[in-house]
Amino acid sequence: MKLNLALAQINTKLGDVEANLEKHLAYIEQAKAEKTDLLVFPELSLTGYVLQDLVAHVAHKPVDDDPVFKHLLNASRDLDLMVGFVDEDSRHRFFIASAYLSGGKVLHVHHKVYLPTYGLFDEGRFFASGDSVRAFDTRFGRMGMLICEDFWHASPPYLLWLDGADIMLLSSASPGRGLNDKEKLESARWVERVTKAYASMFTSFVAHSNRVGYEDGLHFWGGAMALDPNGETIAHGPYNEEALTFAQLDLNQLRRTRARLPLLRDERINLTASELQRILQK
Amino acid sequence: MTNLSINTNLAREILTGFVKSEITRIGISRAVIGLSGGIDSALSCALAAEALGAENVLAVRMPYKSSSKDSLEHAQLLIDQLGIQSVTIEITEMVEPLFKLDPNMSAMRKGNIMARERMIVLYDQSEVFKGLVVGTSNKTEILLGYSTLYGDSASALNPIGDLYKAQVRQLSRAMNIPAPIIDKPPSADLWEGQTDEKELGFTYEEVDELLYLLVDQRYSPLEAIEAGFDKTFVEAVTRRIQRNQFKRMLPPVAKISNRTIGYDFLYLRDWGT
Repeated sequence: MKLNLALAQINTKLGDVEANLEKHLAYIEQAKAEKTDLLVFPELSLTGYVLQDLVAHVAHKPVDDDPVFKHLLNASRDLDLMVGFVDEDSRHRFFIASAYLSGGKVLHVHHKVYLPTYGLFDEGRFFASGDSVRAFDTRFGRMGMLICEDFWHASPPYLLWLDGADIMLLSSASPGRGLNDKEKLESARWVERVTKAYASMFTSFVAHSNRVGYEDGLHFWGGAMALDPNGETIAHGPYNEEALTFAQLDLNQLRRTRARLPLLRDERINLTASELQRILQK
Repeated sequence: MTNLSINTNLAREILTGFVKSEITRIGISRAVIGLSGGIDSALSCALAAEALGAENVLAVRMPYKSSSKDSLEHAQLLIDQLGIQSVTIEITEMVEPLFKLDPNMSAMRKGNIMARERMIVLYDQSEVFKGLVVGTSNKTEILLGYSTLYGDSASALNPIGDLYKAQVRQLSRAMNIPAPIIDKPPSADLWEGQTDEKELGFTYEEVDELLYLLVDQRYSPLEAIEAGFDKTFVEAVTRRIQRNQFKRMLPPVAKISNRTIGYDFLYLRDWGT
């Protein structure tokens, strides 16, 4: 089975959800024309990244009658979508979130678990952190979603793997930093190194969608990537410009790779669990 | 020896993208830059010209009667090379009346007055040309506070403020800034024979390396001394960084309400764009 994936590395208007929704719908049309099965947008693709006091103003609920999600849910009848937004729960806590939409329904919402609040980041000041990492079933198999800092930590991808995700959808609004004499920014090299490592170690498909554009002095570098279960790059988007990057995932590769390299079969979850118990009791 | 060298292609791409994005997103397409004939303003001009097109950049030369002839000529070299628009507005007649009020006025005061007069001219040209003022302060001088508050430090956006002087030189070479501009000793040219390094008391080469360790690599002053820097030098630079923090921020507002500008009224400049 083949999955035609598209990664939309878009620029966004800071705090202008309506304008960003228009852009989403335009990209959806473009992806549809290319017979895309699943279109993945970056972190906070509907709102922009450095929201600060705009958080409450741009929050939406992923439900049928929401003025933004009704359009996206409708579009998801033609192709599956992953979008980034600010989710507001019934008790008015705000989360950085990704929603997976398919067939007019919300299949899963992930709330960002790790909110970077150091250096140039201040997410913990404005957002509540999520408290679960779960895989979910789609018409293409079991998937998992993580948002930026979530996969700077090793445990969330590991948990998704154990929870059955064969396709990991990662999204970022990653500010470029660490320019030196190397070919790429330090931040880009870091992200590419770990996404490649996850695909290799978990013998899974990994797709990363990162935004582009500027917010004040911050610059987002793009460079969308899709990797196969051997850790090889299937597609790599350009840096620093908007693009729609297409990648065909040959899902049978999971079987071939894992027949050769049975890391999943041999993974000793009980050992991990018992050692974690011991460490926690220290 | 610390390696401060940068990938100039990537720097060029990111910084021109920044100039373009931060100007055009508010519906403006032009830039105004005070061009002194020195390397920093030359680099800002080159980045702006590449970002917006040469015809959309106005270089403003603002000599004082004692300004070096070289400064004007070097500025002209760059204007001709880039094909940007230019205007020359001499500030002598604007600042002399103020100088005359106090015959004992120090060079420092005169320097500050000239820097602020240039800011006034530049912001006036910004309105005439319908362009944003692009800054020309590099990371070394911002950290050292080697600037006049509301003078040369004033701008709408600054593409070179995260580049140390050595990196400004490296990127300027990559962008073919005329060699005489890159090679001459840096000077604010506020009085005859002034050079930055004479006034600061150390060279850019030395201080760039130290600042890189203290700021970028988060070395403590003690660790910097252990890494081989002179104790007096480290202490002088550390003190300068601290004492000049006020030049790097908006004036603090005294908080009395629940929501105060600067503390809990938080939006980026790019809000809504």
